[in-house]
Amino acid sequence: MAQTMFDKIWQRHIVKPAENGHPAVIYIDLHLIHEVTSPQAFTELKNRGLTVRRPDKVLATLDHSTPTSAPDAQGQRKYVSEAAWQQVRKLQENCRRFGIHLHGFDSPHRGIVHVMGPELGATQPGMTIVCGDSHTATHGAFGALAFGIGTTEVGHVLATQSLLQHKPKTLRVWVDNTLRPGVGAKDLILHIIGKLGMGGGTGHVIEYAGPAIEALTMEERMTVCNMSIEAGARAGLIAPDETTFNWLRGRQMAPKDFDAACADWRTLRTDEGASFDKELRVDAAKIGPTITYGTHPGMVIPIGAAVPAARDEVEAKALSYMNLKAGEQLSDRKVDIVFIGSCTNGRLSDMREAANELKGHKVAKSVRMMVVPGSEDIKRQAEAEGLDKIILAAGAEWREPGCSMCIAMNGDMAKPGQTVVSTSNRNFAGRQGPGSQSFLASPAVAARAAVSGFVCEPQAIEETA
Amino acid sequence: MKIDSKILVVRQNNIDTDQIIPARFLTTTTREGLGQHAFADWRYQNGQKTDSILNTDHGCTVLVGGENFGCGSSREHAPWAMLDYGFKAVISSQIADIFRGNALKNGLVPIEVTPEQHQYLLDHPDTRVSIDVTDATVTLDNGQVWSFELDPFSRHCIVQGVDQLGYLLNLDRQIRQYEESHP
Repeated sequence: MAQTMFDKIWQRHIVKPAENGHPAVIYIDLHLIHEVTSPQAFTELKNRGLTVRRPDKVLATLDHSTPTSAPDAQGQRKYVSEAAWQQVRKLQENCRRFGIHLHGFDSPHRGIVHVMGPELGATQPGMTIVCGDSHTATHGAFGALAFGIGTTEVGHVLATQSLLQHKPKTLRVWVDNTLRPGVGAKDLILHIIGKLGMGGGTGHVIEYAGPAIEALTMEERMTVCNMSIEAGARAGLIAPDETTFNWLRGRQMAPKDFDAACADWRTLRTDEGASFDKELRVDAAKIGPTITYGTHPGMVIPIGAAVPAARDEVEAKALSYMNLKAGEQLSDRKVDIVFIGSCTNGRLSDMREAANELKGHKVAKSVRMMVVPGSEDIKRQAEAEGLDKIILAAGAEWREPGCSMCIAMNGDMAKPGQTVVSTSNRNFAGRQGPGSQSFLASPAVAARAAVSGFVCEPQAIEETA
Repeated sequence: MKIDSKILVVRQNNIDTDQIIPARFLTTTTREGLGQHAFADWRYQNGQKTDSILNTDHGCTVLVGGENFGCGSSREHAPWAMLDYGFKAVISSQIADIFRGNALKNGLVPIEVTPEQHQYLLDHPDTRVSIDVTDATVTLDNGQVWSFELDPFSRHCIVQGVDQLGYLLNLDRQIRQYEESHP
């Protein structure tokens, strides 16, 4: 019988099938952990006298609570609070005690958990990957079944390398044609979430397919899969192909017999005629640069369009929170902070995109712009290309790797009433600081906003150039 | 196992886990004490208590939220905060996947009802309910009885206080066999 890629990966990982109302037990190939969602899981292990079953399948990093300001001359880092510092210490201590490899401050590869895994080649097609973080969906770009879990489940995986799971349904998003020049992966996924709605993917794993998806780079595929959770789906998947293999070849943790691995990975793609529980078809050629205007990532408009009227009470509340009225232009709205970074758009290609827009320009006087690379590797590569110099010359901040303003728990945050244009994944009320208002967009759009001083003013740069 | 309470209705749709417990309160290394920060940005503004129903009607143990409750971040701190605040069950017409899983693992009962039933509760915020977890039913004070889906395994775990980690640890032999056949 024709199978979907999801079915194939699921089948390969069944330790114990679902029966008598019990969920299936599936095996986990890679477990990513960070400081925020792991301490209570380790405490559980300690209380029960358990060990970590497969420390070789766990990869740890520091990203959420860590400062993005450079350490001082004595190497001291400025944490937002004693608690944040304690959380970092706790992970360092737990990793030492349980024999887990931590990419801490001494590692040249430390980075946001979903940026670092792929960079190291730890993320591979056909794998099951989990992390106590909903944006684990990112790794689906490689054809891995990757999803976020809670802290209790982090404990389950640490102790048994397995997870109790109900089988999700499948949803295929087929994207015809190709994206127009100047339209990127962020515009595509914002458009798709707008179509699906915020709960439209609930209970499903999304497979993204079609010519427009095949034409995407790995970085772009990661941006698309990353935001699957914003439509309610737990995971996103893209079939591995030559783009995937070329990206992975030669990476530190890639398989030794790479060709044999590729031969196996080629068998993962969805069979002709396989059926999905739900389908959505999108025409890439009809998508333009896109931006959010509300308080969830499904409230999107094409750039240049006016803010639409609220369709219900929720949207009315969102508009009021965002201090917007129907019919308003976002090009009239002044911006206070521009944030480029996060597991959605903190990769090297995003740094290049931002620098490209900033080159020869200055960030508007009233704007604070923070550029935060997703990992130490990205920071180094960007500096080798001189991107940091362009960014600094424009008057923006070039910071240390971390989650930063995406989740705003390390001290990088907006003040009440401030307007933020952000390349991150969530515009929830207060997400980037209590009372702050966020507009999600691509790195290019965000950088243009920084220069013009308005949420979106695509023409401004052309005029001054 | 029964939960009896007047419902507390928060009509908003898409109540994400950032609203249930804002990220700045996640710098904790224990599960306890998060209730004081539950719905913090709704309950407090500039350090002052707001007139939010969450402040005025505190004492209800059943929360009725809008559609798509618990979306967003996978933080288990959300059900921890709700439980610590005093909630024992949450009712909506749609509850996000990861939140539901996290809730079940901590004994917070996630109840999905039909859009019509949901609307009834939104329209009748003074309703009292009695939730029977063993039977997976909600009995309203007007006598209506609604049944809801609760997968048998989760029900078993909540009612019997079964430890899922213990269950997985008992599968050691199968896990080893799996590892031997998938090197």
